[in-house]
Amino acid sequence: MLRFIFTRLSLIIPTFLGMTLLAFFLIRMVPGDPIETLAGERGIDSVRHEQLLKEYGLDRPVLVQYGIYIGRVLNGDLGKSLITQESVLHEFLTLFPATIELAVCAILFALLLGIPAGILAAVKRNSILDHGVMGVSLTGYSMPIFWWGLLLILLFSVQLDLTPVSGRISVLYYIEPTTGFLLIDTLLSDDKGAFWSAATHLILPTIVLGTNPLAVIARMTRSAMLEVLGEDYIRTARAKGLSNLRVVAVHALRNALIPVITVIGLQVGVLFTGAILTETIFSWPGVGKWLIEAISRRDYPVLQGGILLLGSIVMAVNLLVDITYGIINPRIRHQR
Amino acid sequence: MSTAPLKTLDVTEPMGAPRPPHPLREFWSYFSANRGALAGLIIVVTVLLIALFAPVLAPHAPNLTSTAVFLQPPAWQTGGSWSYPLGTDAIGRDILSRLMHGARLSLVIGLAVVTLSVIVGTVLGLLAGFFRGVFEIAIMRMMDIILTLPSLLLAIVIVAILGPGLMNAMLAVAIVVLPHYVRITRAAVIAETSRDYVTAARMSGASRLRLMFSEILPNCTAPLIVQASLGVSTAILDAAALGFLGLGAQPPSPEWGTMLADAREFVLRAWWVVTFPGLAILITVLAFNLLGDGLRDAFDPKLKR
Repeated sequence: MLRFIFTRLSLIIPTFLGMTLLAFFLIRMVPGDPIETLAGERGIDSVRHEQLLKEYGLDRPVLVQYGIYIGRVLNGDLGKSLITQESVLHEFLTLFPATIELAVCAILFALLLGIPAGILAAVKRNSILDHGVMGVSLTGYSMPIFWWGLLLILLFSVQLDLTPVSGRISVLYYIEPTTGFLLIDTLLSDDKGAFWSAATHLILPTIVLGTNPLAVIARMTRSAMLEVLGEDYIRTARAKGLSNLRVVAVHALRNALIPVITVIGLQVGVLFTGAILTETIFSWPGVGKWLIEAISRRDYPVLQGGILLLGSIVMAVNLLVDITYGIINPRIRHQR
Repeated sequence: MSTAPLKTLDVTEPMGAPRPPHPLREFWSYFSANRGALAGLIIVVTVLLIALFAPVLAPHAPNLTSTAVFLQPPAWQTGGSWSYPLGTDAIGRDILSRLMHGARLSLVIGLAVVTLSVIVGTVLGLLAGFFRGVFEIAIMRMMDIILTLPSLLLAIVIVAILGPGLMNAMLAVAIVVLPHYVRITRAAVIAETSRDYVTAARMSGASRLRLMFSEILPNCTAPLIVQASLGVSTAILDAAALGFLGLGAQPPSPEWGTMLADAREFVLRAWWVVTFPGLAILITVLAFNLLGDGLRDAFDPKLKR
């Protein structure tokens, strides 16, 4: 077991280094001089230009810059934003809870709807219900979520006036961040109105971000259930005279959930991709929106740091899923 | 591996049994039994025809503005007229005409991205699967890195470097989807290389290139075709997302994602400007997904039954 974990761990080192290379060099290739961008339309005199290039280390050879960069990254220093002068890591950590809150709600939404839908579709195989679930889930899978978001705004915010259009909480409330998760913070502050406001702001973004994972989870649950329901131990369980509900809910579901859990782990990357779009549509103050803005401002350090941090998180989650899967399923562990 | 005994069964069928149908015919009989796949095929063909004949079919030129008709609603609503069936946008362009011309862009995007990534991916996968060793490790690690980064983020970074625009967006999406083709090809190549027919070809002195391209590759095509047809939908979706973020096709191009970006600020006033471009994306992407699912089931009927 230890050896298995060790092998998996050692595999991520080259991937991580590759990611730093990518983050570093790709962004060096962006056309346009960051100092000039920073100065904006006012322009900048050449002496000050030189001075600033030196200050940011942009005058050194690229390889030296990369070496310095790696050293800093390993020390947890991801540089400062060119725009706000704040540490990139600090900015990321301030904004990340918003993204996590949204992502957790989205995945919960996807699980709570997707797993029951998948089970129902599998149990009632080839019924209208099954076709319905599969049709809806294929539609969800094909959905351009940036349009889906606009459509929901059109329906729920504009036509029915039920939910707010953008942001995390109404401007009427100010909540001192303790955990950074507004749902928890507002509960702690004991202000019912604030909690309600935070919750209603979450509804539409959650649905939008959860749509793709929901479709994937429903499909995955259905096919895993179908496979498990054909196994001998299910027939045994039925032969013992157990109720249909018990066979499905206990015997089949427990085994069917293993591949589903793996899929959820692998959805993390998809979630971040979706978060970029969802946060842009709903002006959700998370890391996705932050990165998009960094691109238009040519804020190199933010882009570099953001990519590296997001990439590392996805990598870590995938590793965790891998190892968990190895623990649950010894057959994986003993493969080369 | 459980398919092996099934194959031997086919061979030992009694003499005088009807000859097995032509593979294409068998394929079609499986494919056409799947109503979803058939619907997907019909929609894809329709979109293709619309795209081909867009200049003839469209009632107006896609970029023709008209000061007389700003944000005119669709024909069936009060204030609409049949000369603009789906209404007009904020500067008086006919939405239907723009959607028809946009179909050309979306299909070109889908096909170009998939062609590029299939070619590059197949070659890399073949090389990785055939030569193994350091070469394989280098390629596969690179693909892992691409897969690790959230796909849209990577595409955005690539576009930020190359500059926004349709060509660069297509290139970015092609790079992002590359790992799938490399992985599929490599896996198929590794599975095929140990088969007897490859050994036989090697024994009879076939060159490496010949082994790779004319012995092994044709036997890896089924999964590639399936992935490619599903890949068209991913490509259209991702390119539209980039267009929506202002990083893909630039206005006044009638690309569907770009149209949506333009329409965003009118979401409160004119539902039709927002609704139709997205619907076009959804229908097209859905059709390609249905088609891809159908192809997969038809290529591998044993999996389904």
